[in-house]
Amino acid sequence: MARAANAFRTPLSRARGLGAAKHGAGHFIAERVSGLALVPLFLWAAFSGPMLAQGDFASAVTWLAHPVNAVLAGLLVVVGFFHLRLQMQVVIEDYIYGFLAKTSALLANLFVCVLGASLGLFAILKVALLSGAF
Amino acid sequence: MTEASPGVRERPLSPHLQIWRWHVTMFGSILHRGTLMAMYGGALILVAWLVALASGPDAYALAKGLLGSWIGKLVLVGLTFAIFFNLASSVRHAIWDLGKGFSPKFSDMMVIASVAFAVAATAAVWLIAASTGAL
Repeated sequence: MARAANAFRTPLSRARGLGAAKHGAGHFIAERVSGLALVPLFLWAAFSGPMLAQGDFASAVTWLAHPVNAVLAGLLVVVGFFHLRLQMQVVIEDYIYGFLAKTSALLANLFVCVLGASLGLFAILKVALLSGAF
Repeated sequence: MTEASPGVRERPLSPHLQIWRWHVTMFGSILHRGTLMAMYGGALILVAWLVALASGPDAYALAKGLLGSWIGKLVLVGLTFAIFFNLASSVRHAIWDLGKGFSPKFSDMMVIASVAFAVAATAAVWLIAASTGAL
């Protein structure tokens, strides 16, 4: 019955009021703000990398145990995965159709990014707080 | 399906990727998404390096050996380029988001400038690395 009643409604009248998911602006802004935060973090990483390449295990531990480096590395991992998750979500929504495929891809993206950030953060904390143990 | 109703002209099909002539902004758009994929992989490499460091000297030596091999260096150079291009390309998108710079000429110029910036910045980082003896 509902279907028959709907047959008389124009597509516009059916769509009106439903709108988008209403989270678009938040996603857009979060992407830009996290991207901006990543610029200095990446520059710091790009200039730390060669220094670490010259040193050995002990010098890398000493480097990461320094509070400034530990905090910046933690920020790079957390903000980086936050940003990548938002960006990858847009790509998935653009190219992957079908409820099951799309939902699986979105969940996989979320889980990979949360797991990556957790692993990275734990590794940083372990080195920073227990560096004397090595 | 394909039979057009009498009196209705057959509608043109939307051109697909193989039919489009390559143009600069299309290259920029594809490279922007491609570099995102590279950055995703790069973030996982960063985590692997951190976990190796937290696991002890043996795991760290393995990770350092892999990243220091020629293929590891190639991946890292590519990653440096990907991040610098994505950064410049995001500025390009931000200009469009402001509603400016939509003329074909200026749009093309922004893509070329993004690639040029990424090449120059990547070269700068790796030349500095080489000059400090890190390679």
